[in-house]
Amino acid sequence: MSTGMGTLVHQGTYAAGLAAQDGEAHAATGFTAYAWLLIALPAFGALFLLVGGRRTNSFGPVLATLLSWGSFVIGAIITISMMGRAAGDRPKSVHLFDWITGGSFDVQAGLLIDQLSICFVLLITFVGSLIHVYSLGYMQDDPDKRRFFAYLNLFVAAMLLLVLADSYLLLYVGWEGVGLASYLLIGFWYHNPVFATAGNKSFFANRVGDFGMTVAIILMFFYFGGVDFRTVQAGVAGLQGAHQGVMTAIALTLLLGATAKSAQLPLQSWLGDAMAGPTPVSALIHAATMVTAGVYLVVRAGPIFEASPTAQLVVVIVGSATLIFGAIIGCAKDDIKKALAASTISQIGYMMLAAGLGPIGYAFAIFHLLTHGFFKAGLFLGAGSVMHGMKDQVDMRRFGGLWVMMKVTWVTFGLAYLSIIGFPLLSGFWSKDKIIEAAFVGEGWRPWVFGLAALIGAGITAFYMSRLFFMTFHGKRRWTDEVHPHESGLTMTVPMVVLAFGSAFLGLILGPTGIITSWLAPFTGGVQELHPVIPESAVIALTLILVAIGIALAWMMYLRDEVPQAAPRGNLLTQAARVDLYQDHVNEALLMRPGIHLTRSLVFADNEGVDGAVGGLAAFVGGTSSRMRKIQNGFVRSYALTFLTGIVAIIGALWVIS
Amino acid sequence: MTDMSTVPWLTILGVIPLVGAFVVAFLPGSAENAKRVAVATSILTLVVGIVAATRFDTSSAAQFQLGEQKSWIPQLGVSYALGVDGIALVLILMSLVLTPICMLAAWHDVSESESGAQRVKTYFALLLVLETFMVGVFAATDVFLFYVFFEAMLIPVYFLIGNYGGPRRQYAAMKFLLFGLTGGLIMLVAVIALYLQGPGGADGFMMDKLTGLQFDPTTGRLLFVGFFLAFAIKAPMVPFHTWLPDAATESTPATATLLVGVLDKVGTFGMIRFCLQLFPEASAWATPVVIVLAVLAVLYGALLAIGQTDMMRLIAYTSVSHFGFIVLGIFAFTNIGGAGASLYMLNHGFSTAALFLFAGMFIYRRGSKRIPDYGGWQKVTPVLAGVFLAAGMSTLALPGLSNFVSEFLVLVGAFPTQPAAAVIGASGIIFAALYILLMYKRMATGPRPEGLSGVRDLSVREKVVAAPLVAFFLIIGFFPNLALDVINPAVDTSLSHVQSTVAVTPALAEGSTK
Repeated sequence: MSTGMGTLVHQGTYAAGLAAQDGEAHAATGFTAYAWLLIALPAFGALFLLVGGRRTNSFGPVLATLLSWGSFVIGAIITISMMGRAAGDRPKSVHLFDWITGGSFDVQAGLLIDQLSICFVLLITFVGSLIHVYSLGYMQDDPDKRRFFAYLNLFVAAMLLLVLADSYLLLYVGWEGVGLASYLLIGFWYHNPVFATAGNKSFFANRVGDFGMTVAIILMFFYFGGVDFRTVQAGVAGLQGAHQGVMTAIALTLLLGATAKSAQLPLQSWLGDAMAGPTPVSALIHAATMVTAGVYLVVRAGPIFEASPTAQLVVVIVGSATLIFGAIIGCAKDDIKKALAASTISQIGYMMLAAGLGPIGYAFAIFHLLTHGFFKAGLFLGAGSVMHGMKDQVDMRRFGGLWVMMKVTWVTFGLAYLSIIGFPLLSGFWSKDKIIEAAFVGEGWRPWVFGLAALIGAGITAFYMSRLFFMTFHGKRRWTDEVHPHESGLTMTVPMVVLAFGSAFLGLILGPTGIITSWLAPFTGGVQELHPVIPESAVIALTLILVAIGIALAWMMYLRDEVPQAAPRGNLLTQAARVDLYQDHVNEALLMRPGIHLTRSLVFADNEGVDGAVGGLAAFVGGTSSRMRKIQNGFVRSYALTFLTGIVAIIGALWVIS
Repeated sequence: MTDMSTVPWLTILGVIPLVGAFVVAFLPGSAENAKRVAVATSILTLVVGIVAATRFDTSSAAQFQLGEQKSWIPQLGVSYALGVDGIALVLILMSLVLTPICMLAAWHDVSESESGAQRVKTYFALLLVLETFMVGVFAATDVFLFYVFFEAMLIPVYFLIGNYGGPRRQYAAMKFLLFGLTGGLIMLVAVIALYLQGPGGADGFMMDKLTGLQFDPTTGRLLFVGFFLAFAIKAPMVPFHTWLPDAATESTPATATLLVGVLDKVGTFGMIRFCLQLFPEASAWATPVVIVLAVLAVLYGALLAIGQTDMMRLIAYTSVSHFGFIVLGIFAFTNIGGAGASLYMLNHGFSTAALFLFAGMFIYRRGSKRIPDYGGWQKVTPVLAGVFLAAGMSTLALPGLSNFVSEFLVLVGAFPTQPAAAVIGASGIIFAALYILLMYKRMATGPRPEGLSGVRDLSVREKVVAAPLVAFFLIIGFFPNLALDVINPAVDTSLSHVQSTVAVTPALAEGSTK
């Protein structure tokens, strides 16, 4: 590996004033040069468990878990060595190999270990490893446990490749790798056709996004002459101003990819169905890590978005609309996992909103992404623990009063719940508040619209999360007859406790201390004071008031009043939210049904029309020869006759030409 | 070219399977021995092929290497001349790898107890004859010799489909033959007319004698059309594709693999080798129509694949879509597009082989080609379902697997000259996911089917078939330069004529800043 390491160190400087990365990434030395092990360990695990087959049944899951922890240890050591360097010297590159050389298209496979990617490495490997441990308990009795852990390892490897890649094309490999792992895990219990369909749905939605990614990377190569981050960044600086349209096109096609992966409007519809996967998968892939990849992409491609105010505005609109959209759906769901999925859509909307605000929002987008990774993973693991004790039921109308039976789950889930609604001093409070403040920054109508959306979203979040918490853990017991709720085992509760600590304190550690903003300063152009259109203290006060109202409403409706075991009809909005605001109806009417008609009629036309009509020439020859065949009763002679026809044709052609 | 001290590698490559075919056909005794001899012959050929490949120098300036030339019919200007550039070498190696794999997969295609040993022997002998012709058609550097192989290939395939296929095999074989003959005859006219335009002489059909001729535009275009139609039928391009689904579904999986995976490549190979190199002006003239047809094929083939219920037909239609990509890459006239198209020919060979052969393993177990007859087979045969999904993932060009590299190169290479086609073509990746995953869902997922307790997962022989195919997807996905380093110089040479004839200007105003 070390031989080609120097090749990535480009000489030359970029234009000054770029938002991201003010230093060059030098070739990694020392331990950082082994960063490829981060990916290699879980990749090996996946391959070994899949190829090894049943022979690895006994030790495979534990091996996979250890490999995931191995990645975390490597990531931690790399982080420590990075912290020991000056900010400008932190980014390091690792050249892996010459990947694709076709004509003038030349892409190297290499890794970029910088402040942004290492944040993700730590999140992915730490939460990922915890969820491996949790799964040892959760999947204990599943006959396909080995396959499950193979896919989990595959996911970790692909996700690390996504965030560590130093080019958009290699990122794309990780991007699809996580999509594949997601597809495989959503459909893990494929014997249920509904679950298998959910897997397909996620893949199809993501393929629409991939179309955007593909076009974006093609445009990058055409206009910048390369697809690695460095070349693209330099190219953006070179073309800036003169080519607004190009920048907008690249940014919007990238955004299409991001909306698919991060379940944002208009490609959000797959995430709710993705809850068909085992709950640890929902926690890791469909809450904490993979679905936030779109936010990573927007931040990583920051220079492109900053070069196109139009595209940035679209990002902010998508984020704001999605955060409200998800929050409304979350209020009407009785399935605990689907309610949490709606919440994830909404929370990523916040991150997207922040990322669309440009450098002032990047650090807060990533900050919220990290805290969300902890509290949302904690919520899902808690939900999994509840399901584990409730015979895999998910209907919150048949929960209630569980806090007595499941104390650890209750407390850890409770901390994560308080964190997500922004309870003062807990993690979610610090990160979400900053996004709301940032949304109020700007001129004209925008801060008012986007700021208010973020503010109102916080209130709705408090309502639906309190509803979920009360319906599950408090109030009357509405259990079905056969369940006997009980607390889960240690392999499950210990990860929940660890995540609960993160949900509580991570924000306090990273936020008010300024650690996160100074760490990510190369991407944000330095720590900046926010100047919202209304005072910061007012933003905080308003948020807290709305949160309090949300909790109070939920308390009145779901704790003070009895929760009916069957869902009441509800008003029009509730009915709409229950069916995800008609997202599937829209997709079906606009895409699926026309598509089915199109393919059916094409198949008919191809069999009847094209084959018949275009075969005209062949039919002419064929008719002749088959008639001859009848007379002469032999293929060879008919060949000869056709050949003769050919010779006649040749003589004719020669005559014409000469 | 002729140097007595050099070993005639390509001739040897052609002769070994031909000799093997005779031995297999006339070997007395049971069919088992004959099958073993057939596989051993094809493996020997592969080994010799690998040795020959090591003699290939990627830095050489000559267009063709491993060259041989003998006068054959000097009165007519025909030579027996072989040689390979990087594209031909890669395609020959692909054929040599796929042949033993197909034979192993075809082990039980023909039942000895039902139809007698001779029928089995003939089947394997025909596969070996086909291998000879596959080497010949890619290695011919004499245009007439190429034509001879081009037509000769039809014969073993005709018998392979017509004698060993499904219930409508006679119809499918005849349809295949008639389409092939029609194309071949048109090409024959063009081949002879081309000779008359050239310098003539005892070696007047040699590629180098016919390259760089100045035609008057009408003649050049007529000649181009003659060659192109033959290749478009062979490839096949929409609207000449209708023979392919019938041929594929009525063939045995092994025949379908060699037919679609290898023989159809002669069409796209011919386009880059003959159309672009011999008729650069006419190629440029025809480009608008060809590009439209290529994009049409990408989408049309994919949509039709989505609507199929017969898995063999479905796979055939995915190939129609993929041939659209290849043609798009070729007629983009950029080195990136050409490299992508050439690599695509290789990758498609493997992914299609995997789809057809794995589908064959399903069919062997279930006795049906109809997708709705399956369901829940991941529980029945988890390994088979797994490798089938891997083949599907490569087919839908999942990044990290082989087909992605070639598909992406085609699109990136097509964009500068054909931006609209590249963007529309890129939407094909959405449809590819649909046809693969819908098929996989219908076949592999759902509750475990009843009454299949006797069905076994992959045997050792079948694992030997599957392993190299799946390994190929990963290896070329991450190390495509293993093939591209060989392909690139050949693409540069093949495209140099068309690129110098027509100034290839980007269709968009701004070029790469490089």
